[in-house]
Amino acid sequence: MARLDNESPDSLLLQMGPSHPAMHGTIRIRLELDGERILRSDVEVGYLHRGFEKTCENRTYFNLLIYTDRLNYVSPLINNVGYALTLEKLMGLQVPERAQFIRVLMSELSRISDHLTCLAAMAMECGAFTVFLYNMKAREFIWDVIEATTGARMTTSYIRVGGVRADLHPDYPSAVRKAVGETRKVLKDVHGLLDKNKIFLDRTRDIAVMTPENAIAFGWTGPCLRSTGVAYDVRKAFPYLVYDRLSFDIPVGDRGDNFDRYMVRMREMEQSLRIVEQCLGSLPATPATRMADDLEPAEAILAARTKRPRGGIRLSPNLEGSEKAVYRDILAGDHRSIVPPKEETYASIEGLISHFQFFMKGHGLRPPRGEVYSSVEGGNGELGFYLVSDGSDRPYRLHLRAPCFHVVAALEELIRGRLIADVIPTFGSMNMIGGELDR
Amino acid sequence: MTSMPGHFVTTRFNHILGWARKFSLFHYPYVTACCGMEYMSTACAHFDIDRFGAGMTRFSPRQSDLLLVVGTVTQKLAPVLKTVYDQMTEPKWVIAFGACAVSGGIYDNYAVVQGIDQIIPVDVFIPGCPPRPEMVLDGLLKLQEKIQKQEQDWRWKKRKP
Amino acid sequence: MEEKKTLGELRKRFGGNILEASAPFGDETAVIRKDALLQIAEFLRNPPFAFTMLLDLTCVDYPGRPDRFEMVYHLFSLARSERIRVKLALPEGAAVASLTGLWKNADWLEREAFDMFGVRFEGHPDLRRLFMDEGFDGHPLRKDYPLRKRQPRIPPRT
Repeated sequence: MARLDNESPDSLLLQMGPSHPAMHGTIRIRLELDGERILRSDVEVGYLHRGFEKTCENRTYFNLLIYTDRLNYVSPLINNVGYALTLEKLMGLQVPERAQFIRVLMSELSRISDHLTCLAAMAMECGAFTVFLYNMKAREFIWDVIEATTGARMTTSYIRVGGVRADLHPDYPSAVRKAVGETRKVLKDVHGLLDKNKIFLDRTRDIAVMTPENAIAFGWTGPCLRSTGVAYDVRKAFPYLVYDRLSFDIPVGDRGDNFDRYMVRMREMEQSLRIVEQCLGSLPATPATRMADDLEPAEAILAARTKRPRGGIRLSPNLEGSEKAVYRDILAGDHRSIVPPKEETYASIEGLISHFQFFMKGHGLRPPRGEVYSSVEGGNGELGFYLVSDGSDRPYRLHLRAPCFHVVAALEELIRGRLIADVIPTFGSMNMIGGELDR
Repeated sequence: MTSMPGHFVTTRFNHILGWARKFSLFHYPYVTACCGMEYMSTACAHFDIDRFGAGMTRFSPRQSDLLLVVGTVTQKLAPVLKTVYDQMTEPKWVIAFGACAVSGGIYDNYAVVQGIDQIIPVDVFIPGCPPRPEMVLDGLLKLQEKIQKQEQDWRWKKRKP
Repeated sequence: MEEKKTLGELRKRFGGNILEASAPFGDETAVIRKDALLQIAEFLRNPPFAFTMLLDLTCVDYPGRPDRFEMVYHLFSLARSERIRVKLALPEGAAVASLTGLWKNADWLEREAFDMFGVRFEGHPDLRRLFMDEGFDGHPLRKDYPLRKRQPRIPPRT
């Protein structure tokens, strides 16, 4: 290729190819080596370019929610929230308070699972396989909580424009407390295993140091920027949802090396656990009626032919959490932006018509014309959505500001002059997620 | 029907060979995208893949016999996948893990290969976006059944008219 | 208000080069003339405005307009927690100044814009494709590129 021709005949061209054992997915680093020292490198991305932006131009706003899950796939709920917030900014919707707390709870659980995965992979590549197993164990408990509410462990598509799809499941306090307790135990163990571990320190301390000015010039945000000492967090700078009411700290590092990136993520997990506990405590109440016992759905539909049924209708179990009684607390908006509750859909003609129109091609979610940029604090940094709408039911252009794109853009500079073995912890601490980097 | 003298021996040998192969699969996790997270969950303590004998992860195609294609394969990555498959030695099996590997998944556009069976032969398809670890283990068990039933190329059997 | 101040200062300093300055949905936006990009970017980067971070650089394709592409730059000032959007219209085939001298991530961002839209950047040290492979013909995110037009590198089996 044009860029990495051998300059000196003594150097060796080595490829750390797209199928990478370091389980980061697919990135290709071409190295020019002098022995083990890296003279120059060329980072090639795009092996997971799945055409997210072009696909979004061909899907309705509602349907493209599933594609946003697969962007930063270790913290999918945060991407969902980011996208929903962008649309709500464009449409001027105000989300109910309970839904905001639920979104924050889910986002923070996703963030914890993101950091757990990142550090697990990083430690495993440095040889600490135990940390990988412990982190995955904690992640399972968190995913159990997410699964009981949303129905899926990972790619949930749980957030809706105007709120969330369903309320939290009935035993969420005990499940969340168990997940938090297990995560705290695991974090304590990992601190004990890695913090003062000579091998880990030798591989990560003072390796790939980034100065704050350089980080800002590269557009770094998130834990990587905070490890250099700059305390920028979108949740504090541009508070969204209910983050301004919750108390949490922003951990910063001082040296900007790999160890600081690891430490910032560990501390952020503790802060996220604090936020989760606060959300548990301050979730606004919801009407107690759940799963009413009155009418079977088939009877209700039959009865609705003559007269609108007045009592509650027993919905199927997979619709638990989205009954009419709790609808007001989980979703905001009128028939143009949300689906009516199932009791309305099946027992009244207006409900049926608005349900139908929501999904019809050309109708449904149609934000006003205009463009908007809105961002949330993703697992890697500022996750921004730039949306250009032309008034129809499909976006004209949806662009993602991917945080790890800018972080990985600095990889070449960070590994220049270092040994091959330094590439692994450096790359691991950057938390490159292919779905977000390549879109 | 006259039976050749070696049949009992060859079928027993096939049986033992199948048993040995299916319980000692060395897999090469060709991880690309979101399914990688479920792969990690399957491989770890909660949904242990090691209890089925398939726990040895070998990050080299020359040392592995099961190619586990996890996640979306893009057009840019396709030649790499073919190279990796060609580098594996016989006997080798391929599992397409996840909807994107099976058929392109939710991505039907300019950049994604619509199923890896357009590039390499696949033995087991595991659908799901991403598939639950239990589904992955079920797919692995089906592959193990398939391996058990595979017959070897015994020359004297083939010469029968 | 803080926000209007930046746009107001821009108008005062650059006058005719600022075609439009508004804040739709709360996002300050300035539409500028293509040739003034470098000066305006440098002006915004220096103190007192200190937009030290280039958040994002992207392009939107409007095939119906005479100036087909619209470049969109999002700048961010950490010290003042302020964002601004700078847009400029670009005819097809024209090149726009590269911002690699001012912000380091402009390198990859411009490569992505070139790959997806075919926009050329003057002064970019190494403008080549980022996501698609080198032999790819066309620019996928343009409106006239069909969604499903695949260009396989190896022929399908059988």
